[in-house]
Amino acid sequence: MIEGALWRRWVFYNIPLALFVFVLLFPFYWMIITSFRPDGELYRPWNAVNYMPFWTNHPTLEHFRYLFEETDFGRWMVNTMFIAATSTLISLFCGVLAGYALARLNFPWAGSLGTLIFITYLVPQTLLFIPLAEIIRDFRLGDSPWSLILTYPTFLIPFCTWLMMGYFKAIPKELEECARIDGASRWKAMLYIVIPVAVPGILSSGIIAFTLSWNEFIYALVFLSSPQEKTVAVGVTSELIRGDVFFWGSLMAGALLGSVPVAIVYSFFVEHYVSGLTGSVKG
Amino acid sequence: MAEVTLRKLNKRFDGFHAVKDVDLDIRDREFVVLVGPSGCGKTTTLRMIAGLEAVSDGEIRIDDSVVNEVPPMDRDIAMVFQNYALYPHMSVAANMAFGLKMRKFERSEIDQRIRRAAGILGIESLLDRKPRQLSGGQRQRVALGRAIVRDPKVFLFDEPLSNLDAKLRVQMRVELKKLHERLAVTSVYVTHDQVEAMTLGDRVVVMKDGVVQQVGEPLTLYNNPANRFVAGFIGSPAMNFADVTLRESNGRMAAEADGLRIELPPELAARARAHTGAKAILGIRPENIHVATAGDAPEHCFDAGIEVVEQLGSEILLDTRVGPALFVASIEPTLQVRPHDKLRLALRPERLHLFDAQSEQAI
Repeated sequence: MIEGALWRRWVFYNIPLALFVFVLLFPFYWMIITSFRPDGELYRPWNAVNYMPFWTNHPTLEHFRYLFEETDFGRWMVNTMFIAATSTLISLFCGVLAGYALARLNFPWAGSLGTLIFITYLVPQTLLFIPLAEIIRDFRLGDSPWSLILTYPTFLIPFCTWLMMGYFKAIPKELEECARIDGASRWKAMLYIVIPVAVPGILSSGIIAFTLSWNEFIYALVFLSSPQEKTVAVGVTSELIRGDVFFWGSLMAGALLGSVPVAIVYSFFVEHYVSGLTGSVKG
Repeated sequence: MAEVTLRKLNKRFDGFHAVKDVDLDIRDREFVVLVGPSGCGKTTTLRMIAGLEAVSDGEIRIDDSVVNEVPPMDRDIAMVFQNYALYPHMSVAANMAFGLKMRKFERSEIDQRIRRAAGILGIESLLDRKPRQLSGGQRQRVALGRAIVRDPKVFLFDEPLSNLDAKLRVQMRVELKKLHERLAVTSVYVTHDQVEAMTLGDRVVVMKDGVVQQVGEPLTLYNNPANRFVAGFIGSPAMNFADVTLRESNGRMAAEADGLRIELPPELAARARAHTGAKAILGIRPENIHVATAGDAPEHCFDAGIEVVEQLGSEILLDTRVGPALFVASIEPTLQVRPHDKLRLALRPERLHLFDAQSEQAI
């Protein structure tokens, strides 16, 4: 908290905070308001008398109707959900096991292996999609959800592994040692003690992995071509922008609905999520 | 009911020899304390007994079977950790039940054992709480309870009291002692606190740099330390040391330094005679120094300059300069002294210790 005179509180705290909140939330507001405004208002020139960009007196669900009736939006949502959930589960499973092994098992090169895994995460997707496209073609996976379910882990597993490794390292080793003296094998100690204690960490990496795959764009754009196979991010932008015509209302409606699942996931786990990111394990 | 035997036990980490040739016979129902400064190998030794560290060389036997390769779960031991290592996601009862569940005990048997252990430790009302809702002392009890319910062959304690505040530590120390008397299970206890070692141990093992310095009952260590390290480590305030030369005149042995000449009592003199002319270290405990009176023989008195006076209420600790050495003396709390005073002190000759200047072994 800022100490001292009132003006200092305003200049160094309240005003910057308000600006920050405004910058952060304005795009969402813009997205919401646009999706409810009728086309007549959306395409009204800026110098018209009744030009009113930030509000509408005639809210409409027309864009949502268009989205669901004229496009495969419902299908895209199901696709995205399936792809994001499956690839997140695969990545979490591998990431938790790998993170545990790197954090706890003593084997040669464990340290360098950890760094190496992190480096693979740093290879930009915009480069990686070229060789991956070839692999997808060779395995005849193109235009199917499996092309994404199997390629998303290429960046999600390193990410989860790295995050879980840090989390496992923060859990006191004695917990596990105690379990092993208490009669648990290493496997059981991991299952009954380490993993339950690591749940906040697992949830955090799960949420981030889910969000990353939900929002992923480039692989989805390259590997999927038929409209009914697309994900929300690709479907909305490719089907609602035709040439130089932007269907702004439906675009924003798609973006709004597309962000709902992620918002739900976040708010549902927010308690665990925060404690996971701050890594609080107390004995 | 178990004996633990260590034979030529060694532990090497990458390029670091942590435990060197430790030999130890722990008898059935005995409470043995491993004590030493940090990094002396005491915890590593304990962890090898637990099976948490692989043995580099040597042998660990529990009863008659060699357990070097036996995993921790099959050694039938229980361990209490410094940070308690309570499972944070489980209630107190579940913490205590875990070891029994892993060993596939009947539900009724588990309940009965938990109730018994909780009764012994006075934690019946805490059984449904989570560890984070407990105070330090309560966590400590739960950690003990988790060890007790298992009814193991051997208890291992790794500095279990060091996270408690001073008052609670004394209280838990007493409880641990009572607990051991009641349960009579072979116990190995690691601490860096020599007071814990002295009060709890049936026998105390003093370690330094991975080597056992001396094994013995607390009073044996106190009265007959094997070397200078043990002499200085056991006892608080620590023993005073002075570098001296051993000389013989008129058939009597004396330890001499600048401004200090102490004649040795006959028994010690007999042992010291072989070292005549050699350098040695003279040791005397603070409580064996007192203000000289007419009854003290002059050959056991010396002059001291007072540097610091520490009034503790029950005694006064005087930091004094005696020739080149600094001596701490524990004296009557009624004495009126101030820094820079000169004082004539005397020591109890039968309590003198002599150590070889090179090997530091007791003479």
